Amino acid sequence: MTAFVLFLLFIGAGFDTVYIGQAGGSVPVGSLLALGVGSASAFASYYGGDRAVLLATHAASLDELAPAASDADKLKLQQLRNVVDEMAIAAGIPPPRVYVVPDPDPNAFATGRGPGRSSIAVTRGLLDALDREELQGVVAHEMSHIRNLDVRLMTIVAALVGAAALLSEWARRGMMSGGGASSSSRRSGRDRDGGRGGAAALIFVVIWSIAILVAPLVVQALAMMVSRKREYLADASGAELTRNPLGLARALEKIESAVAPTASIDRGSAHLCITDPLGRRVNLREGFWSDLFASHPPMPARIAALKEMAFQGRTA
Amino acid sequence: MIAIVLLVVVALLAFWIIASYNRLVSMRNQVLNGWRQIDVQLKRRHDLIPNLVNSVRGAMDFERDTLTAVMDARAKALTATGPADAAQKEGQLTQALGRLIAVAESYPTLKSNENVRALMEELTGTENKVGFARQFYNDIATKYNTAQQVFPTNLFAAALGFKAAELFEVTDTAEREVPTVDLSRR
Repeated sequence: MTAFVLFLLFIGAGFDTVYIGQAGGSVPVGSLLALGVGSASAFASYYGGDRAVLLATHAASLDELAPAASDADKLKLQQLRNVVDEMAIAAGIPPPRVYVVPDPDPNAFATGRGPGRSSIAVTRGLLDALDREELQGVVAHEMSHIRNLDVRLMTIVAALVGAAALLSEWARRGMMSGGGASSSSRRSGRDRDGGRGGAAALIFVVIWSIAILVAPLVVQALAMMVSRKREYLADASGAELTRNPLGLARALEKIESAVAPTASIDRGSAHLCITDPLGRRVNLREGFWSDLFASHPPMPARIAALKEMAFQGRTA
Repeated sequence: MIAIVLLVVVALLAFWIIASYNRLVSMRNQVLNGWRQIDVQLKRRHDLIPNLVNSVRGAMDFERDTLTAVMDARAKALTATGPADAAQKEGQLTQALGRLIAVAESYPTLKSNENVRALMEELTGTENKVGFARQFYNDIATKYNTAQQVFPTNLFAAALGFKAAELFEVTDTAEREVPTVDLSRR
C-alpha cells in the first residue's frame, strides 16, 4: 500500500514538473485532477457498487427466496441464514444481508461499505456443493472481508489505479503531440538550477518517462498484491472466527476442483470473491508472473496455510 | 526553555492518559455488549426447545428419557441465578441437547424426516450461536484484560476503576473431560 502511494506520488510529481511546471507554479494541478477523477469514479462505485454488483449477478435476496422454496431447498437456505448469523455473532458485527446468485459454479463474495451496511452473496453451486462446516468456513472468510473493511480498502486502491492510469494516458498523449512542452520545461529547469541541477532533472525526466510507460502495469501489479494479502488475511481471520481452518480448507479444495469460470460475476468484483471468478490460470500457478497479476493467492498455498493452522492448533 | 519542555512533556502525558482511558472505556462497553449477546442467545435457545421437543416427540417416542432430560435441563437453566450458576446449568443443557442431536442422527428414519431435519438445523444453529457468542465474549474480554495489564497502562488502570473481566469458562467438570473412546471389541 505504501509502495502504491509512493509510486503514484512519483508519477504525479514528474507529470506536474514536466507539463504544468511553468504554468501551474507550485500547485500539482495534474496529479490533483487525476486523483480527483479517480476518486470520483471510485466513490461512485463505493456508494452504489454493492447494488450494481448484486443486480449484475442477478442475486436474489434470501428473504424473497425462502417462502417460495421447496422443503429441501428451504432447509439449505435456512442453513445459510443460520451460518451467516453465527459468523456475524463470532465477528461481533451486525448480520449482513444474504443473497443467492443463480450460478452453478461454486463461489461467494461480500460487498458493501463495512459492518452494518454489507451483503454476502453465495452462488447456488456453492450451496449445493458444500456441507455445513465448509459453508461456515466460506461465510467466515467473507465476514472477515467485511470486518477488515476490505471493501473500503479496495475502493481506495481502485481510485489510485484510476488516477495512475489517467496520468499515464495524459502524459503519453502529451509526449506524442507536444514534445516542446517537456523540452521547454527542461530548459527552464537548467536555467533555474545551473548545470548539475539540469543533469539531475534530465535523469529524473528519463526515469519518469519510463515509469509513465509501465505505470498501468505496475499499479495493476501493486493492486493485485494488496488484494492477495487481504485474501490470506481473510482466510486466517475466517479461521479465527470458526476455530476450524479445515472447514475452509475443504471448501477451497471443492471450489478449486470446479475451475469453470463463474459466468455471472465480472472482473470488477473479482477481488471480493472467495476464488477468482474468471477461472484465470494465473491464480492456480505459483511463480513470478502469477505472483504479479493474480487477484488471489494460489489455491494450493492457501489450502496449505489453512492446514498448517489446523495442525498448530492441535499440537498447542 | 526547560519550563516549556516540561510543559510539553506533561501535556503529552495527559493526552496519552486520556487516550488510554477512552480506549479502555470503549473496550469495557464492548465486553458488556458481548456478555449480553450470550444472554440473548441463551434466551433464544430456551424459547426454541419446547417447540423442538414437541415436534420430535411423535417421531422419537422411544427416546423419552433423552427428551425428558432436555426439558429438565431447560427448566433448571431458566431458574439459574448469577453467571457461575448459569454457566453450570447451561452447560448441562448443552450436554442434553448434544445427546439429542446425536440420537436423532443415528436414526435414518428421523434423518429423512424433513421436519426433524429443519429443527435439527435450527438447534445446531442455536448451539453454534451460543458457542460463538461465548467465543466472541472471551476474545474481547481477553483483549480488554491485556490492555489493562500491559505496562505502562497497568500503572493507572486500577486507579481509574477498571477491573479485569471474567472469562466465560466451562465450570462443569463433566463437560471439560475428554470423552474416552473405547475401540476394543468385546
